Amino acid sequence: MELFQLLAAALAGGTVLLFGMLGGIFTERSGVMNLAIEGYMLLGATISYSASASSGSPWIGLLMGAVAAAILGILHAIICISLKADQVVSGLATNFVGTGVSLVLGANLTSLVGTVPLLPSVAFPKLLELGWIGEGLYTLTKQSIMVYIGFVLIPIAQWYLTKTRPGMHLRAIGENPEAADAMGINVNGLRYVYTILGAALAGIGGAAISIAIYSGWFSELTTNGRGWICVGLVIFAQWNPVRGAFGAYFFGILSRLVLDLKIPATLFGGLVANPFFLHPNYTFFLEMLPYFFTLVVMIIGANSAKAKHIGAPSALGRPYSRGEKGKQ
Amino acid sequence: MLNDRPYVVEMKGIRKEFPGMVANDNVDFSLRQGEIHTLLGENGAGKSTLMNILAGLYQPNAGSIKVHGKPVVLKSPKSAMQEGIGMIHQHFMLVPTQTVTENILLGLDEPRFVMNLKKYDKIIHDLGVENNLEVDPSAYVWQLTVGEQQRVEILKMLYRGCDILIMDEPTAVLAPQEIEVLFNTLRTMTAHGKSIIFISHKLNEILEIADRVTVLRQGKITACDVSTKDITRHDLASLMVGRKVIFSFDKNPCKCGCQILDVKNVSALNDKGLPALRDVTMHVCCGEIVGIAGVAGNGQTILADCVTGMRPTTAGTIKAGNLDIGNSTIKDAIKEGIAYIPEDRHHVATAGNMSVANNVIMKNYDREPISQGWKMNRPAVRSYAEKLREEYKIAIPTIDKPIRLLSGGNIQRAILARELSNMKQLLVAVQPTRGLDVGAIEGIQRMILAQRDAGAGVLLISEELEELVTLSDRIYVMFEGQIMGEVADGDIRKIGLMMTGTRLEDIPEEEPQTEKSAE
Repeated sequence: MELFQLLAAALAGGTVLLFGMLGGIFTERSGVMNLAIEGYMLLGATISYSASASSGSPWIGLLMGAVAAAILGILHAIICISLKADQVVSGLATNFVGTGVSLVLGANLTSLVGTVPLLPSVAFPKLLELGWIGEGLYTLTKQSIMVYIGFVLIPIAQWYLTKTRPGMHLRAIGENPEAADAMGINVNGLRYVYTILGAALAGIGGAAISIAIYSGWFSELTTNGRGWICVGLVIFAQWNPVRGAFGAYFFGILSRLVLDLKIPATLFGGLVANPFFLHPNYTFFLEMLPYFFTLVVMIIGANSAKAKHIGAPSALGRPYSRGEKGKQ
Repeated sequence: MLNDRPYVVEMKGIRKEFPGMVANDNVDFSLRQGEIHTLLGENGAGKSTLMNILAGLYQPNAGSIKVHGKPVVLKSPKSAMQEGIGMIHQHFMLVPTQTVTENILLGLDEPRFVMNLKKYDKIIHDLGVENNLEVDPSAYVWQLTVGEQQRVEILKMLYRGCDILIMDEPTAVLAPQEIEVLFNTLRTMTAHGKSIIFISHKLNEILEIADRVTVLRQGKITACDVSTKDITRHDLASLMVGRKVIFSFDKNPCKCGCQILDVKNVSALNDKGLPALRDVTMHVCCGEIVGIAGVAGNGQTILADCVTGMRPTTAGTIKAGNLDIGNSTIKDAIKEGIAYIPEDRHHVATAGNMSVANNVIMKNYDREPISQGWKMNRPAVRSYAEKLREEYKIAIPTIDKPIRLLSGGNIQRAILARELSNMKQLLVAVQPTRGLDVGAIEGIQRMILAQRDAGAGVLLISEELEELVTLSDRIYVMFEGQIMGEVADGDIRKIGLMMTGTRLEDIPEEEPQTEKSAE
């Protein structure tokens, strides 16, 4: 039973990361660095929470969260694509804009907790009739609708990237924009599209935190660094949605484990005393775990990419303008 | 006769300016149906710019273009392709991580959304067979040889129904045998009514393949629509350069001395961690130039990196003079007086934003009289740099100018000045004349020859076969990181076969080739 609870929590927690990571993959596949995921997410979380409260419809909230992040994405796109500024610096700056705006707009939202309409959950009570396995599956499948949307999105994203014409164009502009341009593809136009789309997806991830999965509480720092974990996940994923999904759900397990380890006084059925009870400060190390694992995962991802001779899209971080090459 | 054929392209009064320079100045160009028309000119003469205008990549500042007799405005590569004009760039415009079919379909409206790659693989396979351009449609581009990649580029244009093909220096990356294959394909295509513009600066090729030739110099036309039957190689050269060019050097006989470089069974990895050198054994003696031939990317530059100590070897030993390169630092190699002219003169050989003076002292900045203890002696730096500027004829107003602002030829002179003034007996030069104009090439080559005559050993790595054959006393040929064999007589046929992977001992003897007269 506890296992199912853990897995259920992993799916829920992983979903948030999933959206942010998919956003990162789409933007970076087009050749634009996406370091602003945390900012997009936080803005998406804040705006969707507040829009949901004022409109009374969580779906309008979700939409507004995505739109708000997309607007922030336009800023990043203008700086990176049209003005051809450094994409890392722009990503960090955009991130701070997102965080800052959220801090201001979200300052009083905590008082709304409990009154904000939330996205619906899905459950299959029929499963309960199937004995203990059924009970477990019921626990596992009793999820917010966002978990299901995210889950369906993984194969769709993979299929879009590898089997469709727009997906092929997306890969081309990130790998060799000169070739794509020579074949009549509007490189910078498409980069705008995917930078904004990536921002919107991250915004939806943020909305999933505030009005779906971690509902019931809200603070203006509700993302708690998840956007940065997404940045690492994109690299671990080697820009591949399916691989990234495994990473996202793994982090879902991890973040739940961290919470679980804080509560019991003993571990392994009373065999050992919980070491995190020895000193209150030790729990900080526990909370560090997801970020520590982000580093580990990035090292693993980078290494296996090197072994397989795949890696970042070749043009990642490089602004494109026609005629810059070849002219001496 | 060719002259009766209709014009498919007419460009009149084309002018194109870039910030600080005029790339094309009142240029006329025309192409008839079914001909191969060469656009000849040195690097920077404006050939590529003119053709990029025809391909829709650049917009001209003035002038008009007619295609098939009707005036057109070519706003983008797409609109040029709609007129049937396709350009095959010098650097292939391919996406390495995608398959041949995906690359060919890139940018087309068909298929609309979902791709049925199998169906298109078949279509492209058939198109390849039809045009004598066979290549596996489901292979990834990174798996293909350069020659195959070029075929993909041509197929890409044919698939789009282009009947006017622009080829930007298509032979630069090919081995001699691959060039023959390409020429045969081109002849087949013109026989089928396609028209081809062939950009080149290699005179032999032009006389072999082209029907007519137009020459550009410094953005202006110097000869328009000349039939290749009515012109000689020397005329073309002087039209291109603007003065008479001497093609031969009076080379003194080689006075071979003791071994200065000894490479034994060396293996090494490239940047991706793949084997790039396999069991390479070779040597260079004092007083000779040893050339390394090979198609780009077959390990030549890796070898240069190893010899100069810039890249670790995984097996074997390298001895340069008394120094065991494997067990010493780059600093030791510099002290030993090994001169190195790297391939990338902008990023490896110079620090672009630093002054010419600072660039030329990079190898002896820590020695007297340039530095005294931990302090640099400014007047000594200046006088040293001024001395080199005069000695090596570096054309700059002041030695304080950042080196990146110099022309390619002058940057190369500055590099040579630094390297040669610190050289003892060994010079390693990688592509020392690449991208330079004919005048500068001649100067650099003379400097290298002078070093040889003065008793230094020279390891010369170049992709210009003509240069190698002209300068070298012996030539090793590399293929996929291995030495295929060694020739001392500059036999182009043998070199070509080795460049494409035949070992010297497997080459059948033939009656002496007549074309071997390597100027």
